Amino acid sequence: MIRLDDVTKSFPGTSEPAVDGLSLPIAAGEIVTLVGPSGCGKTTTLKMINRIIEPTSGTITVDGEDVRSRPAHELRRGIGYVIQQIGLLPHKTIEDNVTTVPRLLGWDDQRQSDRAHELMELMDLDQSMLSRYPSELSGGQRQRVGVARALAADPPVLLMDEPFGAVDPIVRRRLQEQLLGLQEELGKTIVFVTHDIDEAIALGDRVAILNVGGHLAQYATPTELLSNPADDFVVDFLGDERALRRLSLLHVADLELAEGPVVAANASAADARAAADDYDANWVGVTDDERLRGWLWTSELVDGKSAGDHDTRDFRVWIRPEDSLRTALDAIVSSRNNVAVVSDGQSYHGMLFVEQVTAELLA
Amino acid sequence: MTSVAAVLAQQGSFLDWEWISANTDLIWAQTVQHVVLTVVSVVVGIVLSLLLALLAVRWRWLTGPILAFGGILYSVPSLAAFALLVPFFGITATTAVIALTTYTVLILVRNILIGLDGVPADVVEAARGQGYTDRQVLWKVQLPLATPVIIAGVRVATVTVIGLVTVTALIGLGGLGDLILTGFRLLPPLPVMVTTGTVLSVVLAVVFDLSLVGLQRVLTPWTRRGAD
Repeated sequence: MIRLDDVTKSFPGTSEPAVDGLSLPIAAGEIVTLVGPSGCGKTTTLKMINRIIEPTSGTITVDGEDVRSRPAHELRRGIGYVIQQIGLLPHKTIEDNVTTVPRLLGWDDQRQSDRAHELMELMDLDQSMLSRYPSELSGGQRQRVGVARALAADPPVLLMDEPFGAVDPIVRRRLQEQLLGLQEELGKTIVFVTHDIDEAIALGDRVAILNVGGHLAQYATPTELLSNPADDFVVDFLGDERALRRLSLLHVADLELAEGPVVAANASAADARAAADDYDANWVGVTDDERLRGWLWTSELVDGKSAGDHDTRDFRVWIRPEDSLRTALDAIVSSRNNVAVVSDGQSYHGMLFVEQVTAELLA
Repeated sequence: MTSVAAVLAQQGSFLDWEWISANTDLIWAQTVQHVVLTVVSVVVGIVLSLLLALLAVRWRWLTGPILAFGGILYSVPSLAAFALLVPFFGITATTAVIALTTYTVLILVRNILIGLDGVPADVVEAARGQGYTDRQVLWKVQLPLATPVIIAGVRVATVTVIGLVTVTALIGLGGLGDLILTGFRLLPPLPVMVTTGTVLSVVLAVVFDLSLVGLQRVLTPWTRRGAD
């Protein structure tokens, strides 16, 4: 969809190029995150795609067409653009801001207005905001309006330059989730610049790690990146918690869960002890039909009573199948029995032990 | 000045309602002339300054020379300016308008440039990124956002010109200055003419200034809403 071929950018008055011979293919419908330390040329790279910055040499094509083959303003009307400072027009209402590109493309008023309402719905913003000015909105709302504006004419390509860099972490998390949700629906080709490796990994179908001077250190899926970093620079950049980051990409549902040392309420004390022994555990869980009632120490089992006749303690930490393995690991290390109980809220799915998590990491 | 006032005071009242009611036609005619000279000069000044400012935006190196040019015009004594122009244009409204316009150029060009410079860079970049042409960025983003600073310049220029129009009377071009000057020149002097000319000139300045404040409020509704 987007191709950079041997692209170089030297700014006048600097000895080293900001981007040096970068080649990067970006597949249609993927989110590619560009990440790297300051001075790595990630923003320069992004801005060369819509010609806010003109490359010194090399070619960039979008959908097979050289970006220089038509006037820059025409090219830009077909590419959504979101920047960190948002840059809403302060003298225009939210409606006029959102419909900027449709207006430039000459849509009629009715179509523009319909689109504005659609976009507010899409971005989960209140319709009453359309008549307000940007200064009347919160930072998070403005950022969503910025994304709405970029999506207005339904461009196939979206360029985002640290779009969530200026909002607080909670809002940022929400905006990231919203972007992923949108992407599932819209399937755009998105190039996303960030300096935050966690954001790059969370959002990117593919991550391009750039080193100073616009050198591509590695271009891979997040999982590939975390399990096979190309060199020391990538290892350094990924940081100390590489294994944990990988866990955050995997989900509980991806693993085969253990049955766990669990017996039905009507099982005998001996059966309960046997179940615990199977797992080298000194405790046993008790189920009522599908539900997990609780657990007790094997030393508390009284011969002659069924498992369900004993008092049980509640499992205090539950996780869901859709949770990440990172969440699961957290649950395991904070539980008394060193196990995470997996449930969808209704029925018991199984248990996850620390060995299963580490085995997945080594796989 | 107190001595002049004292002399005038001996000749008659500063507030002679009888004279005023007998000469409403004259007062009205001079006020209209004053307004016309002011409006025409300021409008020509705005157009000229906009052109010069756009040149300076297009070719950055012209900014210095253009401001220096405006500065020189601004520093020529008004009386000398009129005297210099009369040989070329005679005692006509053209002479008055040219002279008056030159005093607005420095103020207006400077404020237009400051206003354009004050437009946030991210707004300009975002507008370009959405596909505005350079011309659209200038006319639809930068100039509208510079409006408050530009109007501030127009206010200063207008009040300055209203004061200067009174001086045009010295070369016989009328306006409220005519009333003031005639009031002095008559034998014996007629203080009420001086008062009338002066008061109306001040009233005009206040009315124009308030109208421009109102105009700015109408043109920039976004500045009155929101938290920042």
